[in-house]
Amino acid sequence: MNVNEIRRQFPILDQEVNGHPLVYLDSAATSQKPLSVIQTLDEYYRGYNSNVHRGVHTLGTRATDRYEGAREKVQRFINASSTEEVIFMRGTTTAINTVAQGYGRENVREGDEIVITHMEHHSNIIPWQQLAKATGAALKYVPLQEDGTLSLEDVRETITPNTKIVAMTMVSNVLGTMNPIKEITEIAHENGAIMVVDGAQAAPHTKVDVQALNCDFFAFSGHKMGGPTGIGVLYGKKNLLNIMEPIEFGGEMIDFVGLYESTWKELPWKFEGGTPIIAGAIALGAAIDFLEEVGLDAIEEHEHQLAAYALDKMAPIEGMTIYGPKDPQKRAGLVTFNMEGVHPHDLATVLDSEGIAIRAGHHCAQPLMKWLNVSSTARASFYLYNTEEDIDKFVAGLLKTKEYFSDVF
Amino acid sequence: MSFNNLDTLYRQVIMDHYKNPRNKGAIEDGNVTIDMNNPTCGDRIHLTLDVKDGVVQQAKFDGDGCSISMASASMMTQVVKGQNVDTALKMSAIFSDMMLGKEYDDSIDLGDIEALQGVAKFPARIKCATLAWKAMEKGIDQQ
Repeated sequence: MNVNEIRRQFPILDQEVNGHPLVYLDSAATSQKPLSVIQTLDEYYRGYNSNVHRGVHTLGTRATDRYEGAREKVQRFINASSTEEVIFMRGTTTAINTVAQGYGRENVREGDEIVITHMEHHSNIIPWQQLAKATGAALKYVPLQEDGTLSLEDVRETITPNTKIVAMTMVSNVLGTMNPIKEITEIAHENGAIMVVDGAQAAPHTKVDVQALNCDFFAFSGHKMGGPTGIGVLYGKKNLLNIMEPIEFGGEMIDFVGLYESTWKELPWKFEGGTPIIAGAIALGAAIDFLEEVGLDAIEEHEHQLAAYALDKMAPIEGMTIYGPKDPQKRAGLVTFNMEGVHPHDLATVLDSEGIAIRAGHHCAQPLMKWLNVSSTARASFYLYNTEEDIDKFVAGLLKTKEYFSDVF
Repeated sequence: MSFNNLDTLYRQVIMDHYKNPRNKGAIEDGNVTIDMNNPTCGDRIHLTLDVKDGVVQQAKFDGDGCSISMASASMMTQVVKGQNVDTALKMSAIFSDMMLGKEYDDSIDLGDIEALQGVAKFPARIKCATLAWKAMEKGIDQQ
């Protein structure tokens, strides 16, 4: 993998921020976009912007072909068994909410259980809290091990025959933990529950095979994998999508509309009410092409190396606390930490003055912050365009910040 | 060690309030209690006031957050203590103008708070500085 060649494909990286070359270490929040994605958006709006699935004119046909072509790319990318199982949505949040409402309301009753974990992003907590409240079901959390991993024993103990839905992240956006989704799906299925996977931090970084995982739903966002904001995917098994009601009604998703009754289009369109996210979906297809050309295995390996390098350089810093698994092979390409004596927001501001972008805050995971017993943390996250040099600058920034804050007191 | 542009943000007096916060804790018999947080970053403040006869007799805070938010809370409690309610609210309006980089009324002495002027140049941090003031305003409103 030639990182310098890859970096040339990301025009945004070639700029100075606050007088320093930009070091972008916030890809877990949103990734930067390769030229091919930016050009795809541009070509669509300049060349064939048109609504899809209606009308007979040439631009409409071109737009429809490209939109449905993007669906085929997604199908191959996650190895879904058909394009009927690939639904374009705004992002992971919308996808999980669609399952919670469209599947959950019909299939979860009082006395049932919904099982999640302490490491979920708010988008994989609140839809289930709301479903539990609306149905009278119990919301249960699988506890975490000391190192921020899940033990299958705890998973087995938490999931019971009363469990109807198990919802878990494949990769934690804070701890970097990679969860054994395949094994957990088996446990869910043995108990008669469905498995919903939050793949927002997984799809950009590792090969996903939904058939091998055997999960029932898988949600991810385009903007974390080089695609534009506002486009994401809900994968669902066909038999489940078929029994699910849409949650958005209107144009595009209908078959026949009468005065008092209407019927829905077949899959996947029955879940795509309104004019779809045409440019976003086509550009997501371009992002997938880009990632596949580099190779997901190569990307994953590169990120492991960067994480290992960062952990090595950060661990010796006095007063440094690093959260999540210590073994870099057991974690994704991000490092969440706190440095004694410097609040994460202050740290992020000081690093920003050096052109280094990191995330500070609760990372949309307040229950996890509570488990870690902190109010906020700092996070550096890596993607295919990051280098060891980026990490050297980041670590030098950490040391300077530490010195700065000890000087001013 | 210096980051020149940062010195306008992290002034010595701010760091002093951060490390040695004034009026930290809670008033046992206060009549106003406000909890407020900044949902985007997790900063939170627990403010107690004792308001009697239209005057803020006592103000204390507890909380968790960055240097700017905690220093601002410390300074705010210091400056509003002993002020009548209208003056306290006026101070809050002046502070808000200061944070937005607007011209502000300098007829009222805000003491150490002037040191926070530099925050206006760091838009991402303005909410840190205003948290305690918003809490104080809400508390007086509740009264």
